[in-house]
Amino acid sequence: MSEVKIKIENLYKIFGPRAKEYTNKVKSGIDKDELLAKYNHVLGLDNINLDIKEQSIQVVMGLSGSGKSTLIRHINRLIEPTEGTVLVDGEDITKLNKADLLEFRRNKTGMVFQRFALFPHHNILDNVQFGLSIKNLDKSESKDKAMYWIEKVGLTGFENKFPNQLSGGMQQRVGLARALAIDPDILLMDEAFSALDPLIRTDMQDQLLDLQKNLKKTIIFITHDLDEALKLGDRIAILNGGKLVQDGNAEEILLNPADEYVSNFVKDVNRIKVLKIGSIMNIDGNMNESNPSVMVDESIENCLPTMLESESGLNVLDNDKNFVGVISKNNIAEILRRSKD
Amino acid sequence: MNLIEFFTSFPEMSSESLRLFKKSVDGAYRSFSAKYGDAIEAVFDPVLYFLVWFEKLLHNSPWPLVILALLGLVYLGSRSIYLTIGSLFAFLFIGYFGMWDDTMSTVSIIGVCTALTIGFGIPVGILMSGSDRARAMITPILDVMQTMPSFVYLIPVVMLLGIGKIPGLLAVIIYAIPPVIRLTDLGIREVNKEVLEAADAFGANRMQKLFRVQLPLALPTIFAGINQTIMMALAMVVIASMIGVKGLGQPVLKAITNQYFTMGLLNGLAIVALAIIFDRVSQSYGKRMQQHRAGANE
Repeated sequence: MSEVKIKIENLYKIFGPRAKEYTNKVKSGIDKDELLAKYNHVLGLDNINLDIKEQSIQVVMGLSGSGKSTLIRHINRLIEPTEGTVLVDGEDITKLNKADLLEFRRNKTGMVFQRFALFPHHNILDNVQFGLSIKNLDKSESKDKAMYWIEKVGLTGFENKFPNQLSGGMQQRVGLARALAIDPDILLMDEAFSALDPLIRTDMQDQLLDLQKNLKKTIIFITHDLDEALKLGDRIAILNGGKLVQDGNAEEILLNPADEYVSNFVKDVNRIKVLKIGSIMNIDGNMNESNPSVMVDESIENCLPTMLESESGLNVLDNDKNFVGVISKNNIAEILRRSKD
Repeated sequence: MNLIEFFTSFPEMSSESLRLFKKSVDGAYRSFSAKYGDAIEAVFDPVLYFLVWFEKLLHNSPWPLVILALLGLVYLGSRSIYLTIGSLFAFLFIGYFGMWDDTMSTVSIIGVCTALTIGFGIPVGILMSGSDRARAMITPILDVMQTMPSFVYLIPVVMLLGIGKIPGLLAVIIYAIPPVIRLTDLGIREVNKEVLEAADAFGANRMQKLFRVQLPLALPTIFAGINQTIMMALAMVVIASMIGVKGLGQPVLKAITNQYFTMGLLNGLAIVALAIIFDRVSQSYGKRMQQHRAGANE
């Protein structure tokens, strides 16, 4: 869990014909708006440093134009960096030659796109097989693999249909199956669920989490939806104007927003739903046998009924039923008050 | 020369030097064609050989067999029984009014022209779509090919190769090839950028992208170009007949010079019938590919 899979170091991206020249200007502190107004170049990424751990879901969040789609495209080098390195398993992919880059894309990364980007002239089976056929895999082997993934995403029986005969949710399942079929270590999901309606989106999120339990891929998930980020992300990186403003887990982002941009972002989040008991409990307290107990990784919301019934407080237990702390009504009141401000 | 005169009459070059200029260009071209005409003609020998063979095949096979083969192609292309029956009547009409041999000559030259334009046009279109510089260079050439009156470029072609099938073939191709090239270029450029990015993301190389994504998706547009090319080639048969290409154009030409109204009309109608058949077949074939792409064939 703790191995770093992808290490992004001092990554800069400036769009425009004289990008290299302006990197120093960006380093000396001019921002996105100024670079555009004065030099007519667009600042995509500004000194990004990010470690992405193996088998985790790293969410990258930001408003449109914050550079999140640019960042994800550096991981499979669909976009060339202006400066900086992207290490995958310790190998600098910005240095790969053409042939090695193709091999890298064919084997290490699978990508899912916001607007599906399926091949309209191929049926579902051939869409899912696309990455395998690019690798010139044996036909029957690639068909078996494709059928396995079509079944996994729940589309058995649709393999001979064409993409435009399927609903948006189904099309994105094809997109997911297509990416997973090559069995990549890294799954790049660029606003993969943003184009879907809310119910289907929730469904797909659950399916992704479900798949991830067994797959243990390293997933980079781009979204502009905070609820989605909090639900999926082991860690959440927030971009603003090409800069990485904060990288942390849900609790860190909610309880200690790095700046005003982040706190504005998280303002409307229902904290008692997202925050876990463990993040607000008091570890100095003593066990009180007469009080009821709650689990440390329970959400505050789920513990509210027990809390309201209890006279003094609750005991907090970890997964092995060991006592780890106490929680009082005051702890919860404080969180509620903070989210009101 | 005073100032008023300068503004009222264009300061053109003297007629003496203009004559000299024309004479020297003509002379240079004439000696070029005398020197290399035979060699260039030899290059086209295989095409000529094939054209003659194909024409003979259509002429010498029993007519019911030829009609059957043509109707078979019509049905395979269009999958329409009405069009097939319509074509049968068109061919019977053509044969009954004594235009069978001329029609077969026209079909053969149009067939060979179409094959050659596709064979040259699609690769050129692919080249154009891949490079903006190639496109900037080729587009004006195509403009010239389409707008230059055909008689003008017939002059050097006839000077070089004489009168006959090959010059006629070249004239038809020059006139008819631009739509295939333009629409191949357009079709490939219009392929959805996101789909192309997906192909990139899965590690497709240039050839894989071209053959598995770009060309299949551009095919309906390319087919619209092929359809136009066939139509334009048919429109050229009368002009081609002026330099000795056999076919329906020759009786039309004869009818014009002798004011044979009925003869002109009948042969004109035969050209129209061929055009309609070619057009409907290639269009519905193209449309079927689009349907497949849209997945509506399920």
